Amino acid sequence: MPLKDNSIEIRDVDMAFGSFVVQRNLNIKIGAGEIFVIMGDSGCGKSTLLRHMIGLIRPARGDIFYGGVGFWGLEEEEQLATTRNFGILFQSGALWSSMTIAENVALPLQQYTKLTPAEVAEIVTLKLALVGLRGFEDYYPSEISGGMCKRAGLARAISLNPSILFFDEPSAGLDPLSARRLDELILELRASMGCTIVVVTHELASIFTIADSSVFLDADTRTMLDMGPPKTLLTQSKSDKVREFLRRGEPEPKVA
Amino acid sequence: MVQQSNEPAAGAFGLDISDSGAGAVTLSLSGDWTLQRGMPQSDTIVEQLKQRQPNRIAIDTGGIGRWDDALVNYLMRLKEACDSQGLNLDTSGLPDGAHRLVDLALAVPERADASRTVERVPFFESVGKNFLAQMKDAREVITFLGDATLMFGRFFTGRAIYQRRDLWLMIQECGVDALPIVTIISLLVGMILGFVGAVQLEQFGAGIYVADLVGIAMLREMGGIMTGIVLAGRTGAAFAAQIGTMQGNEEVDSLVTLGVPPMDFLVLPRMLALMLMMPLLTIYADAVGIIGGWLVGASVLDISTIAYFERTREAVDLADFFLGVGKGAVFGAVVAIAGCLRGLQCGRSAASVGIAATSAVVTGIVYIIALDGVFAVLTNIVGI
Repeated sequence: MPLKDNSIEIRDVDMAFGSFVVQRNLNIKIGAGEIFVIMGDSGCGKSTLLRHMIGLIRPARGDIFYGGVGFWGLEEEEQLATTRNFGILFQSGALWSSMTIAENVALPLQQYTKLTPAEVAEIVTLKLALVGLRGFEDYYPSEISGGMCKRAGLARAISLNPSILFFDEPSAGLDPLSARRLDELILELRASMGCTIVVVTHELASIFTIADSSVFLDADTRTMLDMGPPKTLLTQSKSDKVREFLRRGEPEPKVA
Repeated sequence: MVQQSNEPAAGAFGLDISDSGAGAVTLSLSGDWTLQRGMPQSDTIVEQLKQRQPNRIAIDTGGIGRWDDALVNYLMRLKEACDSQGLNLDTSGLPDGAHRLVDLALAVPERADASRTVERVPFFESVGKNFLAQMKDAREVITFLGDATLMFGRFFTGRAIYQRRDLWLMIQECGVDALPIVTIISLLVGMILGFVGAVQLEQFGAGIYVADLVGIAMLREMGGIMTGIVLAGRTGAAFAAQIGTMQGNEEVDSLVTLGVPPMDFLVLPRMLALMLMMPLLTIYADAVGIIGGWLVGASVLDISTIAYFERTREAVDLADFFLGVGKGAVFGAVVAIAGCLRGLQCGRSAASVGIAATSAVVTGIVYIIALDGVFAVLTNIVGI
């Protein structure tokens, strides 16, 4: 079931574990084809929000709409059909450790397409080439570096040409050059595949490079403080904390 | 005016209060303020300062020798106490490093709601909480059994998503690779049974019946139980640790988001492998155990080999054999369920993987013994 369009809307969502509320009153709109960044201080629930958005956790209140369709009002089969449009890059890559890189990328293709094994192998090589890992097909995840694991995870995430791509802290644990290359890859993928991209990160350099829009989640007040393009928020956010965060805590430049 | 304090014993720290006029006092620190010399406490000096109520407290460290955390800690506590009493402590007279450290330590005030107090839970409350936790666990076990049933439904209709290679790997890991330990354990159990029987039966001149004892005990009980316990420790723990680590790596999450049930992909090959291999291992353990009994019979009681095996053949029948093998299959399922369930329940830290592995072994062994009791009662009623 393809999505009607690639927009996402989070409406009146509360996130909670039992009686412990992580974030409340989240209202976020993400336009089709946007690169949207979820930022916030450590422990504010960024990754938890991502896990809600990919259908792993049910919100305590509210619903998340993909292409205008509420996810949690759907039957389980329809939910699965919806998540089939998602590509997800988990923080550590989350490659299945008992399978080679090629088998990891191939599994979604074997699962949801009717391609022959030879065709699957060709697509796998193509996807690995896109992330710069051509030739590493037969390596196991434990035999390649963390950055390569992330790129292999990305190859798996884009194997089914998803409509929406989710990234959980893509640059965490990467050296500055690899992080930058990953940013460029994200921009390139959006330009070529036209998918909506949701990124959880607190890397400022990355935020300013890739984000069309963003939301700031606050750990103290347990709700979102502001939403908008990060460059606008930097100077015009109504929240001091957001401006301070985006300036990396440095003093505000005096305006003449 | 600064009054010079009495010179302290060489090396030890010293502290004096003196009036410096206009309601101000000066604290003169001298000697070595190091942890080796002990940690001075600021309580008494705060009391003295409270009595004097000076409008300004200066610090003179002209006579100070070496200093480390002992000085910084003392001054931080003193500064805190003075601030809470409304006394004005001027730290500018400190050595530069100490001054900076005290300021740094006090820069972020203590979070009032951050420190946790350990609450003493009343006895009945903790009993109730434990009971509820057990109920929750029981519900999860039942849910898992239901999921496993659905999983076998998908397997038999050919809709389960798993890798055949995983199944073969698991069969190797819990079957072939377990042979050495199963050999040792069953041989020893057979020999122990033989010894116990030999000592008792020889008193009545009935030594040959050792073959009956070892044969029946191995086939009906010990073959299955010992193999089950060995595999609970060996394979059940491994399953829990493997799946628990995958849980921590988000590998399980990435299966779920892809629409591949972890039950199919992770649990099915493990459960199938154990349920196929356990009966075979049980048969093997039975045979090795009987050989163990024969070793004892032949060496201690001088029973001839032919007589021993002939006696064994007469003593046991097919019902004993199939009972043991059937139990083996059930115990295999128990070990697999315990291992996979604890693995899937696992949290995301290294410690929780350890807890999951431990719990898988304990759960497996407890249920093996309990189910064996149920089998004993049932076979008694049915008369097998």
